[in-house]
Amino acid sequence: MVKPNTHLASSAAATTSKGFLVIEDLVKAYPTPNGGETVVLDGINLSIGEDEYISVIGHSGCGKSTLLKIVGGLERSTSGAVWLEDREIRKPGADRMMVFQHYSLLPWLTVRENIRLAVDEVLSHLSSANKQQVVNEHLAMVNLTEAANKYPDEISGGMKQRVGIARALAIRPKVLLMDEPFGALDALTRGKLQRQVLDIWENHRQAVMMITHDVDEALFMSDRIIMMTNGPHAKIGEILEVPFPHPRKIEDVRGSKEFFALRNHALNFLDHHFSQD
Amino acid sequence: MLLQFNLQIILLTAQVAWQRSVRPALVRDAVLLPLLGFAGLILLWWVVAAFVSELMPTPWEALVANLDYILHPFYRRGPGNLGIGWLLLASLKRVLIGFGLGALVAIPVGFLLGMSRQAMMALNPIVQILKPVSPLAWLPIALAIFNLANPSAIFVIFVTSLWPTIINTSLGVSSVSKDYLDVARVLEMPRWRQIIKIIWPASLPYVFTGLRISLGIAWLVIVAVEMLTGGIGIGFFVWDSWNRLNLSSVFLAVLVIGFTGLILDFAVGKLQELVTHRPVSQVEA
Repeated sequence: MVKPNTHLASSAAATTSKGFLVIEDLVKAYPTPNGGETVVLDGINLSIGEDEYISVIGHSGCGKSTLLKIVGGLERSTSGAVWLEDREIRKPGADRMMVFQHYSLLPWLTVRENIRLAVDEVLSHLSSANKQQVVNEHLAMVNLTEAANKYPDEISGGMKQRVGIARALAIRPKVLLMDEPFGALDALTRGKLQRQVLDIWENHRQAVMMITHDVDEALFMSDRIIMMTNGPHAKIGEILEVPFPHPRKIEDVRGSKEFFALRNHALNFLDHHFSQD
Repeated sequence: MLLQFNLQIILLTAQVAWQRSVRPALVRDAVLLPLLGFAGLILLWWVVAAFVSELMPTPWEALVANLDYILHPFYRRGPGNLGIGWLLLASLKRVLIGFGLGALVAIPVGFLLGMSRQAMMALNPIVQILKPVSPLAWLPIALAIFNLANPSAIFVIFVTSLWPTIINTSLGVSSVSKDYLDVARVLEMPRWRQIIKIIWPASLPYVFTGLRISLGIAWLVIVAVEMLTGGIGIGFFVWDSWNRLNLSSVFLAVLVIGFTGLILDFAVGKLQELVTHRPVSQVEA
């Protein structure tokens, strides 16, 4: 039996020299109609390395998506701050590209044009030929060269999310933010796409922050799992280190004793917090 | 001959229905049921004609009386004596000019209303008050301004075309999915490029819905306008036929107007598919 390497979140971030991506004392509260406020996220402290893959896991409504949106700049925190390479994040930016749960592809553009739109905006200094090359590379990376001229309505959910991932990676973000990227897919497609994304990441490591509610997915893909307590007043309950070395093979991971130990630990944590309601 | 003519109608209808809606599973749904519907309508006509025999022609009598019109739609037999094809084209021309001008004004105005709260506050009351007014009420005003029948008819169609397009365009612009806008924000797209690259294409289906409704109403209104203004056109043909107590021609005109309306709607739908690359939804406001 392997004891999971865990520690409390509050002790992790009290450092003076900031890391790559640092979330500091972050609080998010929404005003309520009767003049009070609902605190969704209450004091989040987290530091992410520049080639680290982390998952954030928790029950629905624990504010994990809100946390991701704040890092993405799409929402503002009530207090506290997020720092990327010692710069405070105040607005959305292409250095923190999102992969959306429901793909958010533009339906009037083809697969190729969807990726090209992002490349045109962010890599505007490149020549047209170079942009085209970037688009083609990323189409090939997610095996969508064949479907490049199809419209989003004409392809499956798994293909749509591959477009979303290609679009995000094509603009070379410093941090990749994924909001339940496989949540809307069927189980078979999900497994295949997890494998593909992990392959891509293992070949081009970078910082990834992924929201998920699937313990297996988090264990299979990430280096650390951030487990959130239930909202309101959600905090980081526990951080789970995932010790499996990269490149990972899903059969090896699934077959190992550590996997079951970590999985049970995570599920117990989630069950415990669920029954508190 | 009668049977042949009816079959043509039914086949055309079935084909249009086939292309417009979910593909029917059976030939029965595509051909036999519409056939049954038309047969019922013709039967009803026949029954009514049997009771009001002095004015109402039976379907058979109407067909015989209209043979000349049907076989020679584009004859010219002296001033004012034109085939029904010419009359139809004259009406279509008025509608398309009025509708085109209306779209040129309504789309930008609708876009402005959707983008700006102030513009919405300033202009929405005008739209809401003028929208329920029958477009025919504008005819005397138009006649006073233009003093001519044709520009007045076009003006009425222009006014008719405004409201549905304005309302649907503003709705489309103001309800662009937040997901699309989030993509633009993450990509740090400047506002004016967001308008061109995201908001405009995202609201196009709504614009087209507005255009379809506008064109449909314009085609309804032109018949009434021409009844009042006279001149060359399918609407005046209806009124003129009634004055000559020639109900057979009225029935023909009803059929022609109906088919033309169907084709116009179908054409805008096709254009929409071509422009937006998305299937046209059957939902209409």
